[in-house]
This record gives sequence, C-alpha cells and structure tokens, in this order.
Amino acid sequence: MEADPIGVATGNHYIDGDHACAEGAIAAGCRFFAGYPITPSTEVAERIAERFPKVGGLFIQMEDELASMAAIIGAAWSGSKAMTVTSGPGFSLMMENLGLATMLETPCVLVNVQRGGPSTGLPTLTGQADMMQARWGSHGDYEIIALSPNSPQECFDLTVTAFNLAETWRVPVLFMMDECVGHMTEKVVIPEAKRLHVVPRKYYRGKKESYRPFSFNGSAKTAPMVKTGDGYFIHVTGLTHDERGYPVINAETQDKNVRHLVNKIRDNEEKIRLLEEDGVADADVIVIAYGISSRVALKAVNDARNKGIKVGTLRLITVWPFPEKRIRELAATTKAFVVPEINMGQIALEVERASRGRAKTLLVPHAGGWVHNPNDILKAIEEGAA
Amino acid sequence: MNKTATGFTKKLDIPTPKEKLRHPMDRYLRTERFPHIWCATCGIGTILTAFISGLEKSGLEQEKVAVVSGIGCSGRAAGYLRLDSFHTTHGRAIPFATGLALGNPELKVVVISGDGDLVAIGGNHFIHAARRNIDLTIICINNFNYAMTGGQAGPTTPIEANASTAPYGCYEFPFNLPYLAESSGAVYVARWTSLHIRRLAKSITEALLKPGFSFIEVICPCSTLYARRNRLGTGLDLMRFYHDNALIKHGADTREIDIHYQDRIVVGKFIDKDKPTFLQKRDKFLRGKLGDKFVPYKGPQPI
Repeated sequence: MEADPIGVATGNHYIDGDHACAEGAIAAGCRFFAGYPITPSTEVAERIAERFPKVGGLFIQMEDELASMAAIIGAAWSGSKAMTVTSGPGFSLMMENLGLATMLETPCVLVNVQRGGPSTGLPTLTGQADMMQARWGSHGDYEIIALSPNSPQECFDLTVTAFNLAETWRVPVLFMMDECVGHMTEKVVIPEAKRLHVVPRKYYRGKKESYRPFSFNGSAKTAPMVKTGDGYFIHVTGLTHDERGYPVINAETQDKNVRHLVNKIRDNEEKIRLLEEDGVADADVIVIAYGISSRVALKAVNDARNKGIKVGTLRLITVWPFPEKRIRELAATTKAFVVPEINMGQIALEVERASRGRAKTLLVPHAGGWVHNPNDILKAIEEGAA
Repeated sequence: MNKTATGFTKKLDIPTPKEKLRHPMDRYLRTERFPHIWCATCGIGTILTAFISGLEKSGLEQEKVAVVSGIGCSGRAAGYLRLDSFHTTHGRAIPFATGLALGNPELKVVVISGDGDLVAIGGNHFIHAARRNIDLTIICINNFNYAMTGGQAGPTTPIEANASTAPYGCYEFPFNLPYLAESSGAVYVARWTSLHIRRLAKSITEALLKPGFSFIEVICPCSTLYARRNRLGTGLDLMRFYHDNALIKHGADTREIDIHYQDRIVVGKFIDKDKPTFLQKRDKFLRGKLGDKFVPYKGPQPI
C-alpha cells in the first residue's frame, strides 16, 4: 500500500544518516518509538521526539535499553509499528528481548548505529564489530534479518524496507548502521507518499475461536496477527509453545517451534536477499563489503582496475541472512574474495565458510575508530589477483 | 414438566455433568490449561480468584483488559487468564506492559508478577513506570523468596529468614514495597494477604478503575519452599499466621510498615490520590506547546 502522507517529508533534504533513518521510519508508518540515548544513535531519537507529536506518533524515552526493547514489543502487539535505536552497549542489553521478539514473531525494527567496542569502546567513532552479535547475540537458535546501509539516502530507503521485511516475515529486523553513515551528511531525496511502498500488517479476519497466533506448517507461511483488545484472548509466551501460543515443554514442540523460526528465514533467503554487484562475472578478485567500508573500498577497486586487475564488487545490503549460495556460486569463478570490515574479522569468516575453499578469502581488518586506508584494501586485491 | 412420585410437578433442572463442572468464573479462565502448575496450599490461585472477582466487579469489558506477567511462579498467572495475556521475560513485564498500554490507550493493562521479578531484576522499570504514572495496575505477589528456582533469597526476604542462598539466614535489608511504590509516584497503594480475599478483590476493583500507576502487594504463602525451610508449618498454619498477625490500618504511613520476620503485617489501603497519567499529561502539555500542529496518538493503525 501507499505510505500515509502525514509522515512523508517529501522533498530534497541535506541531512545525515541518523536523521534520514528517523524519516524513513516515520514514512514507513512507525508511530511508536521507545529508546534510550546513546552516541552515535541519539540523533535518530531526537528527530523522532521532535517529529512524532506532529504526525500522531508516540515517543517515550525509557529508563534503559532493556525496557526500550520490551516496550516496542508490547507496542507491536497493541497493533503499532514500533522501533528502537541504540549503539553497542545498548545493543548488548537489547539482546535479551530481541530473543523475546524472535520467539513471539513480533514485527519491529531495532537500529544499531555501530561504534567501536568492546564495552564503552569508542563512543563517538565508527565500528562494524557488532555484525556477529547481530547474528548470534541473543541466546538460543534463531535466524535474523539485518540490513546495512552505506549512505544517508539508503538510511531512508532501507529503513522503509526494514519495516516492510518485519511485517512480511513477522520478525524483528536489525538495521546495522555505522557511525560514519549515521553522521555523514548528504542529499536525501524523499519521494511522494504514493511512490513509497509500505507493507501493512497482516491481520486475521476469520472466526475468533479458530484463531492461532502461530503457524508452524511450512516455512513460507507466517500466521497473521490480531490486535490486543479485539477479543481474541490471545496468549503468547517466551516459553517454547504450540500454535495456540501455549507453553509445551518437550523436545517435539521445541523442534517444531525452533525449526519454524529458523526456516522461515533460511528457506526464503533469496526472497529477502538484497545485494549490489558490479563486474563480478569475469572478476579475478571480488571485494565483499557493507556499510561505510563498501564506499572506502571503491577507491581501492578503481585503483586496481586502473592497474589492469579484473576486480568486481559485491555489496551486502542484507548481511543476514547471509547470501551463502551466491557467494558459493561466485567462489567457483573468482580467485579471491577481499573483505574489508571495521572489525577483526566477522563477515570474512562467513565468506570463507560459504566459499568452501574454492576461492581464497583475504580479510582486511580494522580495529575501529576510523575507516580503512584504501591502499590496505588495494594491497589485498593485488595479493588476491596474483 | 414432570410428575414426581409424590404427585407434585417439578421443573427438571438437573444440570448435565458438563454444566455441573462449569464455574461462573470459568469465562475468565483458560480452563483447558488446567491443572495449573502451582503447589498445593500456594496462595497464587486464591489471589487469581480475587483478581477475577475484582475484575468482574469493575465492569471493565473483558476484551479490553490485558494481563502481562514476567517470570516465576506468579509469572504463570497470565497463562491461565482468558484475557489477552503475555508471558514475557524476567523483570520486563512492566516495560512490555508500558508499550502495550501506550500503544493502545483503550486497554486496561494489568501486570501480575512476583516480588523478585518486579522489584529485583525489574526494579528499575517499576520505579520509572510509577514516576511516569503509566496507566497500569501492578499486582505484586510477594512470597518472600524465589520459589520457581527453588527458594532463593530475594529483595523482600526478611532478615533472619532462611533461604537456599541464605543458608544461615538472610542479612540484607528488604524492600518495603508500598513505601517504594508511594515514593516513586504511585497513585494507589495497598497491601493484603492471600487470606484477605474480599478486601483484596475490592482493592483490585479500585485499582483497575483508577487511572494511573496503581500498586497492590499481596503477601502469599509458599509452603513448599519458604515455609518449609523456615519450619513455619503447613499452608493452613500460614493462613492462621496471617489471621493472627495482619493488622488492618488504612492510610498508614508507608514508611512505618516494613515487614519483619514472623512479625505483624500491616495491611490496608495506604494511598489513593489523583494525578494525570503519562498520556493525559503528555497530550495536554504538547497541545499547549504545539497548538494546532499537535496530532494526538490515535492508537493502533486500523485494519
């Protein structure tokens, strides 16, 4: 459906990624925000605090990130589209209820504007070291969707996409920005509301007695939701449960419940997948990057091309679920993958695993605080091409 | 109509076996989930009954009342109530309920959970929801220990009481919950025991109809763990103890109603005052600042 025009700030803007993300959320129909201030994500909350009272949204600053995540799940079950925003230390606290959101199959969006870690780390400087935490951070088995924008324009566009994916798959979606993209100011074009595709929540309309809040029959099917207060008397629990939402504590139910959580993402990876590829078909080396690193890598890629090296790029827009199949296909035709990332090697591990030894994987690590020197990436490209 | 042996006519109103089993309160319960998990002589069932009575008397529409629980014995209450019910994470019932209640202001959201859940791991959320005066009714079932995990000491365990993680007795100062609630901003504060079912039910009705953060502490027997470790007797002995030692004192100064080990328990309604709720305050405030530009939150998106 089209977006509600009240929330769409149509026009050309010169804003940073944090502000663009806030506008993307409002355009996508987000009307509930709970959060806790943390650098470098605070500007998202600030813009929403300012904008929400004028578009019919409800902003609440919670006492911590544990509460923020819990509140957006509650709001989502009330029937609202809800979001929270944080950075590393807060992301750690949100892992607890990210698990609850996953278990209750709750559509919502969690934005992490990444900074350097571990612990308090580099509050004001960039990092990309929460990528594995995004995948595995909460306890237990589950699959997650995570997006990584590389410009303020994408912070707008992909926040809308994040909400759409959350509703389509009934999952929490992680929006993995980094401080550079969050604080980078560029032109952002916000289209007219009628040109924005917004996925509305799928609601159940059948008989009340036969409603089931969960459906574990087949990975492609996700049960429609109902709104609290509509007389369905739903029960949901973080415990292992059956399709009625009732706790059933045995291995058989655990198998059905967990397989559903995992397979609804795993089996639909290609439908969820968003990649940007350039010159990969005949490339000797493919640079795989995401977020700000994908833009820094372009300088190295151009330099390498000028030196006559056949180098392609693959940008991960959806980082999770990992495009394992695509990487495996490319591994058969290329010599090496070069993976620059602002961590000591996280996504590179996945690339290495997915390529199954068919192509080399060369990590270009960076501990955080600043972006790569493109020459370091260039060196790796040359090594891979050799 | 049928002729009886004695010649009188009598209406045949013998209930069928199924009807015989149906209790008038069953419409508030997920009877298909029984038997429940609680121990014999546990007070949570009695408190749940009082809750249903209080809810019925409140006249609130069953559809518009939601219940949220955390983790623990009391946390299972949500699972047995035929309301929209949410069994959440340990300590986070209040922030979850905050999102639910603000997300749809037409709802009356009740939190039923234990003392460990609400004021140890969830203590920060408790004081902040009270400070903001979120429209929630909190029923805190206090059994003086963590029962689900086997009887460990908690934030309400009285000094001297024995617990599995206080094998020589507890030496930490416990919380005085009504004082905590009042000083954090609650508009309604009461304490009862699971013996005071009618008074408790009345308090629950009052709390449900009170806009803002209302709080009821209910002292609850745990004969399997707390009472057994402390050799306090059976469930009946505990009820007798409440009978002999509970002192009803409405309007008591909450600073003076600490609970000491095996000492008198002051019960009653302590606080009942009016204050705008979070949403009332917000809407009025923002309308004042923004005038016509203010667009109030309309609740969930229509279907």
